Amino acid sequence: MSDDLSKPFSQSALSHEEILKINRERRIQITAFAFMIFLTLLAFLAVGMEMVEPGFTIPFILLLAVVQFVLQLFYFMHLKDKDHQWPNAFMMTGIVVATPAVIALVLLLGVTKY
Amino acid sequence: MSDSVDVSKGLPPNPEKATLEGKNKFLGFWVFLGGETIMFATFFGTFLGLREGTAGGPSAEELFSLPLVFLMTMLLLTSSLTSVLAMFSMKKNNFRNMIILTVITVLLGFGFLACEIYEFYEYVHHGGLGFTTSAFGSSFYSLVGLHGAHVTFGLFWFITLMIRYSRTGITLTNAPKFYVASLYWHFIDVVWVFIFTVVYLMSIGGA
Amino acid sequence: MATETAANNNKSVLWDWLTTVDHKKLAVLYLIAGALFFIKAGAMAIFMRIQLMSAENTFLSGQTFNEFITMHGTIMLFLAVTPLIFAFMNFAVPLQIGARDVAFPFVNALGFWIFFFGGLLVSLSWFFGGAPDAGWTAYVPLSSGEYADLGLDFYVLGLQISGLGTLISAINFIVTIINMRAPGMTMMRMPLFCWTGLVTSILIVFAFTPLAAGLALLMLDRIFGGQFFMPDAGGNPVLWQHIFWIFGHPEVYILVLPAFGIISEVVPAFSRKRLFGYTAMVFATLIIAFLSFMVWVHHMFTVGIGPITNSVFAIATMAIGVPTGIKIFNWLFTMWGGKITFNTAMLCASSFVPTFVLGGVTGVMLAMVPVDYLYHDTYFVVAHFHYIVVGGIALGLLAGTYYWYPKMFGHKLNEKLGQLMFWLFYIGFHLTFFIQHILGLIGMPRRVFTYLEGQGMETMNLVSSIGAFMMGAGVVVLLINIVYSAFTSERITVRDPWDARTLEWSTTTPVPEYNFAQTPQVRSLDPWFYEKVHGEGLMKPAEPMDDIHMPNGSILPLTIGLGLFVWGFGMIMLEMANPIITPWIVIGTGVIITFGSMLLHSIHEDHGYHIPLDKIKKIEKEVG
Repeated sequence: MSDDLSKPFSQSALSHEEILKINRERRIQITAFAFMIFLTLLAFLAVGMEMVEPGFTIPFILLLAVVQFVLQLFYFMHLKDKDHQWPNAFMMTGIVVATPAVIALVLLLGVTKY
Repeated sequence: MSDSVDVSKGLPPNPEKATLEGKNKFLGFWVFLGGETIMFATFFGTFLGLREGTAGGPSAEELFSLPLVFLMTMLLLTSSLTSVLAMFSMKKNNFRNMIILTVITVLLGFGFLACEIYEFYEYVHHGGLGFTTSAFGSSFYSLVGLHGAHVTFGLFWFITLMIRYSRTGITLTNAPKFYVASLYWHFIDVVWVFIFTVVYLMSIGGA
Repeated sequence: MATETAANNNKSVLWDWLTTVDHKKLAVLYLIAGALFFIKAGAMAIFMRIQLMSAENTFLSGQTFNEFITMHGTIMLFLAVTPLIFAFMNFAVPLQIGARDVAFPFVNALGFWIFFFGGLLVSLSWFFGGAPDAGWTAYVPLSSGEYADLGLDFYVLGLQISGLGTLISAINFIVTIINMRAPGMTMMRMPLFCWTGLVTSILIVFAFTPLAAGLALLMLDRIFGGQFFMPDAGGNPVLWQHIFWIFGHPEVYILVLPAFGIISEVVPAFSRKRLFGYTAMVFATLIIAFLSFMVWVHHMFTVGIGPITNSVFAIATMAIGVPTGIKIFNWLFTMWGGKITFNTAMLCASSFVPTFVLGGVTGVMLAMVPVDYLYHDTYFVVAHFHYIVVGGIALGLLAGTYYWYPKMFGHKLNEKLGQLMFWLFYIGFHLTFFIQHILGLIGMPRRVFTYLEGQGMETMNLVSSIGAFMMGAGVVVLLINIVYSAFTSERITVRDPWDARTLEWSTTTPVPEYNFAQTPQVRSLDPWFYEKVHGEGLMKPAEPMDDIHMPNGSILPLTIGLGLFVWGFGMIMLEMANPIITPWIVIGTGVIITFGSMLLHSIHEDHGYHIPLDKIKKIEKEVG
């Protein structure tokens, strides 16, 4: 068995349906990419052109970032696929643990008392 | 415990997870990325906590220019897409395509890195913001520099893989390696999404 | 390509140990390294207690005392207890889940050597102008370039390197436990030690990364002139405290959870009962892990962050008492009505319970913000956390040592000497630390090298020191026991000398390098006990006998560790007044060794080798 590990393959074991499925998935990925570019543009325009009301800009671009973050993780990094439960669990743990840490480092430095 | 996947019909549909070794690499790398999240979060928190601390030096609004950051963002986002497409080629056992797409990814990555080096050079020599100037400078350079270091490491990783496996085709040993490197590259991209939002856009738009 | 023969026949013993990737041998390496650091840090504690034996003593200078408190804490937490829990996790976890090895044998060895060289780097500080002296927490500005010397650079870089080793070992354990379980070994059938090992590893992944970030910031501040913690340039010293305790509080649970796991193995084994409330134990472990990330500000109550913050974190801290209480009651109910054998392992495990309760109670006392202003930085705090780390972790580790020793080394430790050690250690421990609660309450500050006469502290400090000497004597008895037993104890040939319950006792003694000739089929919680009672007394195999695939050993983990060591030392040389060679040459050498070794490992495809079937049959016949 281990001899097979360094051998290339002359063909792929994918069936026709599986290839179609992969192609469909690839189209979805490209759509997701286009959407991400759109979100990025929106964020830059919101700041650069001051399109959005001042005071509302920061929540708006943060929201865009979170949406893009989710798209990247779930589409490009395949977190939406099945048999990704453990990766999901570790990513979620990372986010859950990181959130209070960031908030504390921003707010709880003793400059303003909460 | 041995590998039980059928290889008689050709490259299995998910070559990166066909062997136990591949499965282990896949999971182990995700765990590592989970840990990276909070490490970057610490640097983000440091930057956000200290960004007002300019100590008389230049502030964020005075320095940052949106066009350059936009260019960098586009380069990195596109490289993320080519990396995704490379993985689709890998699944179809199309080695040539995979290598071509990875080469494009690496070139885009070098483009990004060049912009970043130019940016730092400008800030230090013309903007007056050195690493030791102020807490803002230190935290800015360490956060963005850490990301840049990740990019550099990722580029060398891709290059090493491509040189090492330039003749072998896709095997069950190197498929997980390419896949994991691609995951790493996406993660760098994810971090950059927050850097351009939190570091650049928020500093300019928040004023 | 797989080489078909085991190539280790003509290797020297030393080379074999330096290149091993076998989890059982790495466990022994961890055990030895951890024990050496433990003895070193323990000796420092004895010296500090000699200094504090009488008022205005001059046995140690204030500077040496500061270096000792710093090194005692740092070594104990990072370089003694962490490797000791890793020793047991390395040894027991793959056996308990029915695996032939860990998920990444190479990374396992790499983790050990990186940790080892990192520890060596910290220890090297003694020869370059003195050890770090800013406390194990290294608060800025005390640890900044302005107030602290070269020792702190060793602290920063040594811990950075050893932390990296710990981190990758943890990732390895997580993947092992998730991916490598034997057929039938579902998550909810895993022994509790595996569960706590898993949760500890997860905590390491999420706690050591902020530490790495924090240490990097401190390094940038000290060596490269960063301004993170300097208020003059816009920095903020509270930042360091946050980052440190975001790591530091989970660190306590990283160390204590495996001890909980060991207790949860030892108590059922010697009570002849299954663990009471297994599911509750698992969920309590998970809840403790979650809460451990949400309470770090309780170390900073007196910083003055604000009343709302303090209240929130005080309540979260008290909440940890609930899952911990669940565990305490489960251990008590496991013993309740059991047929208890009080040997040394069980003595340590059962006495752990009341001791740990005492530490927990003072913990809840400290969680109350208003009175914390009173306790803060007094010996009350010292007493509290030593009840956790000595009364909890050290007793757990001792129990684990006596429990797994026959499997690891093929003979038991002497029981008489063991009981002597236990009583010396246990009585000495309470003598040392109980009285420190009172010392703290009458106002003795921690981390101060002496105290004045006539303040009512002399007698209590003397008692405390006598207790410390007893603990030291206990450790010496343990060392004597190890040597004595190696010569006089009879070899163990049976699989299961304790009549225990979990899968590691189903292997032959000594454990062959492939652990299980056939991967076992697990049919229940406590699978070995189940087969003894309901089955035929041996594990049912899940696969036919066949060649076994094994990983090849490699020297590269050691060279990567060495490379990081040289690299780190070069960074420290940047701060030296007159280094003999240019620091950048040293740094470059280190970088080349590190990445060169990594590159070699990456380029050289090594699929390991197979142990042929007839050889396995021969080994099985010999040991079985």
